[in-house]
Amino acid sequence: MNDKLYKILLFVAALIVPIVCGGVLYALVTDAYEAFEYFGFFNFLTSSEWSYTEGAEHYGALPFITGTLMTTLLALVFCIPFSLPVALFVGEYFKGSKVASVLSTVTDLLAGIPSIIYGLWGFYTLRPLIMALNISPQGSGILTASLVLAIMIVPYAASLSAEFIKMVPNDLKEGAYSLGATRAEVIRKVVFPVAGSGIFSSYILAIGRALGETMTVTMLIGNTNNVPDSITSTGNSMASIIANQFGEADDLRLSSLIAIGLILFLITAFINMIGKIMIKRARIA
Amino acid sequence: MESVTPILEFNKTCVSYTKQTMAVKYVSAAIDRNTITAIMGPSGCGKSTLLRAVNLMHNLYPNIRVDGEILLNGENILSMEPIDVRHRVGMVFQRPAPFPTMSIYDNVLSGYALNGIRLSKTEKDETVERCLKNVALWDEVKDVLNKKGTFLSGGQQQRLCIARALAMKPDILLMDEPTSALDPIATAHIEKLMLELQKEVTILIVTHNMGQAMRISSKSMFMYLGELVEYGDTATMFSNPSDERTKAYLTGQMG
Repeated sequence: MNDKLYKILLFVAALIVPIVCGGVLYALVTDAYEAFEYFGFFNFLTSSEWSYTEGAEHYGALPFITGTLMTTLLALVFCIPFSLPVALFVGEYFKGSKVASVLSTVTDLLAGIPSIIYGLWGFYTLRPLIMALNISPQGSGILTASLVLAIMIVPYAASLSAEFIKMVPNDLKEGAYSLGATRAEVIRKVVFPVAGSGIFSSYILAIGRALGETMTVTMLIGNTNNVPDSITSTGNSMASIIANQFGEADDLRLSSLIAIGLILFLITAFINMIGKIMIKRARIA
Repeated sequence: MESVTPILEFNKTCVSYTKQTMAVKYVSAAIDRNTITAIMGPSGCGKSTLLRAVNLMHNLYPNIRVDGEILLNGENILSMEPIDVRHRVGMVFQRPAPFPTMSIYDNVLSGYALNGIRLSKTEKDETVERCLKNVALWDEVKDVLNKKGTFLSGGQQQRLCIARALAMKPDILLMDEPTSALDPIATAHIEKLMLELQKEVTILIVTHNMGQAMRISSKSMFMYLGELVEYGDTATMFSNPSDERTKAYLTGQMG
C-alpha cells in the first residue's frame, strides 16, 4: 500500500516537469499567434523593421535574430582559444594534478558568477577600453557583448571538453608515443580526433548557453533595433529586445515580443537537443 | 652457429616509481640479435616495468626514475632522444588498440603520419602490403583496407598493431603480454607469427604464460620482486632451473 502511494507520488512529481514545459510552449504559441497572423510567419522572420508609431506599427524579428546569431557565433570564436587550452591543460597535460584541479575549480567558479556582474564589468571596464582603442565610438555593441559572452561560456565549453579529452584511452596515447610521436603530435593526431565529436558537442552546448543569455547582452549590446551591419555596430539580441521592451509593450507589440521569445525557445531547444544527442553518441563511442 | 653480438644489453638497470621502492633492481643481461627472449615472473615482479624502460616509456611519467645503462647496439639509450629510441624499438601492448579514427591502411602507416614523415603513394602501398603480409593479415583485410581498424576482431587488431610497429622497421620489438587479451586461436596465430618475425627483428616478450615462453622463446628471464633471478636457455631453465625461486614458479608453487 505504502509502496503504491510512493509510486503514485513519484509519477505525479515526474509528470509536472513535462506539463510545465508544455504549458510554457502553449502560452508562447497562443500569445505569439496574433503577431504571426498579422504579419505572416515568414514575413515576421525576414522583416527588418521595428517601428511602433501608432497606425503604422510594423514588427519584424530579423534584426534580433541577426543580433543573436552574431553575438553567439562571435562569442564562440572568442571562446575557443581560451577554453581549448584550459581543457587540454586539465584533461591531458596536468591530468589529475593539483594545478589542474585548481584551474578547473577556478574555471567552474566563472560559471557561478551572476550575469549582472559580468554586465557591470563589461560596461565599466571593457566598454571604455574599446572606446579608448578606437574600435567603436560608443563602446557598446555586438563586439563588446560577444567578448563578455565568450568569457561566460568558457567554463561550460572547457569543463565538458576536458572530460572528453580525459576519456581518450591511455592505450592509444602510449601506442602513439611508442611509434615515436611527440606530445604535440599525439594531441593533434590522436587526442583531438578521438575526442573530437565530444569536444564539438561541448561547443554546441556552450552555444546553447550563449543564445539565451540576457542580462549581460542587454547591458552591452547598445539596444538599437536595426540589423547590425558590422561587428562593431550596436544592435539587439532576441533576449535583449524582450528584456528592453516587455514592460511598455501591449497588444501587437507584446505579441511580437512573445513571438520572438518563441523563436528563441525553439532555437535553443533545438541546439541543446543536438548537443545532448552528440554527447550521448560520443560517450558511447 | 655464428657468434652473436648482443643487440641489447641491460647493465645494472634500475627503475623506481617512488624514492623508497625500486620496481626493477640492478638487472644485467645481454639479448642476442634475432631471437625471442621471454620475461617471466609473477604479477608485480617488474617485468613490464623492465620492458617499458627499453623504449623509454617511463619518460612520459615524470615520477619514474631509470638508472644504470641500457645499451642498444652499444649505445646507452638513457641518454638518447626518446623519439629516436622509439623509432628503433617498437612496442606491442597488452590490449590491442588500433587508432579508432584511422582506417586499417592508415593504422599501418600511423607511425609515419604521427611523425609527419611523408611517403609517396607507391611507398605507402608497398609498406602496407609488406607489413600486413608480415603479420599474415593481408589476405583477410586486403579488400577492406579503408574500413576502420576497430572493425577487426581482437586477434586481427593485435596483428594490425604489430604491423603498425613493424612499419617503422624497428631493430627490436617489445611485446607486453600481447596475447593475454586474446582467445587461444588468435594466440596461436600470433605465436606462429613471432617465430617468423624473429628473422627480421629481435623480440622481447613479457608473458604470464609459461607454455608460451616454452613454445616460442630461445632464452628466458625469470624475475622476482624486481630482481632478475635467472636468465638462460629456455629449455634448460624449464628442465633444470638453477634457482629455487624459479623452480617454485615453474612448478606452480608460486605465482
